[in-house]
Amino acid sequence: MENLLATSTDTRAQLPLNGPAAEETPVLQLTNIEKVYQTSTIETVALNRVNLTINRGEFVSIMGPSGCGKSTLLSLMGLLDEPTSGTIAVDGRLVTSFSDRELAAIRNLKIGFVFQSYHLINDLSVVDNVEVPLLYRPGMGGKERRKRALAALDKVGLSARTGHFPSQLSGGQRQRVAIARALAGGPEIILADEPTGNLDSVMGEEIMDLLLGLNRQDGVTIVMVTHDEHQALKTQRVVRFFDGSQVG
Amino acid sequence: MLLNYLKIAWKVLLRRKFFTFISLFGISFTLMIMLVVMAMVNHITGAQAPEKRIDRMLFVSLLNQQLRDGGNMNSPMSAHFIDRYVRTLKTPATVALTSMTSTVTSFANNESLSLDVRYTDGNFWKVTDFEFLDGRPFTGQEVSRADRVCVISEHTARAFFGTTKGVAGRIMELGIYRYRIAGVVPNVPVIRFYSSADVWVPYTLSTSYRTDSRLDGEFIPILLAGPGAEALPAIRAEFAQVMRRVEVPDPKAVKKLSAHADPALASITRQLTNHTTTEDDGMGVFLLGCTVLGLLFMLLPALNLVNLNVTRILERSSEIGVRKAFGASGSALVGQFLVENLVLAGVGGLLGLGLAAGALHLLNGSHFIAYAQFGLSWWAFGWGLVLAVVFGLMSGVYPAWKMSRLHPMDALRGGGSGPQ
Repeated sequence: MENLLATSTDTRAQLPLNGPAAEETPVLQLTNIEKVYQTSTIETVALNRVNLTINRGEFVSIMGPSGCGKSTLLSLMGLLDEPTSGTIAVDGRLVTSFSDRELAAIRNLKIGFVFQSYHLINDLSVVDNVEVPLLYRPGMGGKERRKRALAALDKVGLSARTGHFPSQLSGGQRQRVAIARALAGGPEIILADEPTGNLDSVMGEEIMDLLLGLNRQDGVTIVMVTHDEHQALKTQRVVRFFDGSQVG
Repeated sequence: MLLNYLKIAWKVLLRRKFFTFISLFGISFTLMIMLVVMAMVNHITGAQAPEKRIDRMLFVSLLNQQLRDGGNMNSPMSAHFIDRYVRTLKTPATVALTSMTSTVTSFANNESLSLDVRYTDGNFWKVTDFEFLDGRPFTGQEVSRADRVCVISEHTARAFFGTTKGVAGRIMELGIYRYRIAGVVPNVPVIRFYSSADVWVPYTLSTSYRTDSRLDGEFIPILLAGPGAEALPAIRAEFAQVMRRVEVPDPKAVKKLSAHADPALASITRQLTNHTTTEDDGMGVFLLGCTVLGLLFMLLPALNLVNLNVTRILERSSEIGVRKAFGASGSALVGQFLVENLVLAGVGGLLGLGLAAGALHLLNGSHFIAYAQFGLSWWAFGWGLVLAVVFGLMSGVYPAWKMSRLHPMDALRGGGSGPQ
């Protein structure tokens, strides 16, 4: 796990702060991924032989109709679920056989999540919410956590709202907090599941601009599931799915 | 991290007010009852006046005679037995004699009074720690001479004379005899089995006092050890050795004699658990029984809290999903939930302590147990906290484990399962 941490820290340090950051270095590699949900009577193939590589600095959109397997794919990329078959590599390292504890550590170090419905903890203030990923970072003290959380909030333009609670914020502001939370741990990749899905068009655009800025200026690798063709076309690559298969 | 957990715990307590009320009620009420019981046990066996040195005392409360026809006879001892076999022990610092109480009717100011009378020797006043409100204890010489003297309690003094001052030296009638009052002492709770009474008189005045060689009688020796941890075991060993030499007065009828020098609580557990003939004083069985009963008593509210906690978890599935997604391991989540439950149990424990103090105050005021002044001690406070922690763990471990097992995707979807 120490090696993974070292790789993560070193790579992020080398990232350019400005300009396009896409490199031909795979951050995430999915090979021959299948995901089948089995009940006593029905077998549902959610993903069928998916091969996908996400390179460092890329901003990739995943599109497709409802039920085509987009969110399943995102949960597999985020190591929140296990494939029925196939392999997943993070930073060139196969993680498919890792234990839950090891996967949790990799998620903590390398992956940030942004959800459609924000999933902020209502009982915690904005800054405490942003600190959540850092709570599980071994050896990190309270001051360092607070410093990083405040920096992440500054990055998303919410420095003035650190003491507020989620219920006191608009939808767009809540999603900004969620993005700050995803950024706080300095992840290799951010996985965003329809981040503008619950927002009106103006706020949606604001969030999209924020994500694009993070990618272009700070080199953050982003994979975004979206239904919005207009937003998808702003990203560097669009991967399309239909009935669990990659079609483009 | 702990601060974050505590913040969440506090918010959850405030947010779910009804849940919090039900939980706190269950915890605090259960703890209150357990603390009241413990305060009573402590009052019976703890070191307090007039038995401040009870931890250095041993009591031989029963002499068991195993009969040849298969029966058993249990009774206190005769003065002869105590004089011959107990007072001759070398290891105790002092050997005193007391009896169980008997009731004597007397008249004070034309009113009938039912008084508990205890027979003692002069040493009784040396091994106990009575504070004399007036006068003095009766002496060994007065006991030897069978002088009609007595020590009376504050309650008795007030009933007869309306005061506790200037009572020493006055005469009172007890049954058909007149006694000179040697002194007045504070009331002793009736649950101090070896020292409480309304009137204490020399044992040589007891109708059971005989000079023949019978072994059974109505007297109980109290053996006071000198300072030092090794003193009590030495006395018990010496007494056991002496018991092996006691001559059976009627070998045709009696097969074997047994008696044991026990600390106060053990002298009670020996009788409660019917261990009158064995070396084992039944303390292990007694403590095990108390522990099992205590745990069973806590189990019902704990199960109720488990049920409430499991429901509460489902309401917080989004938070669990987020924490798991951002790297919380199962054990970290178990830790978080246990902290929350311990906070709840801790608040419940403090409330339980308050309720117990109130209940004991009411109990003291009701005179349900004569002269008892129950109180919470640091000992009870410590046990209260221990019980609260045990309660918190009992009611938190299963829900915490269940929470830690939630699949992150299911948790983020709100506790459901299956494909998207």
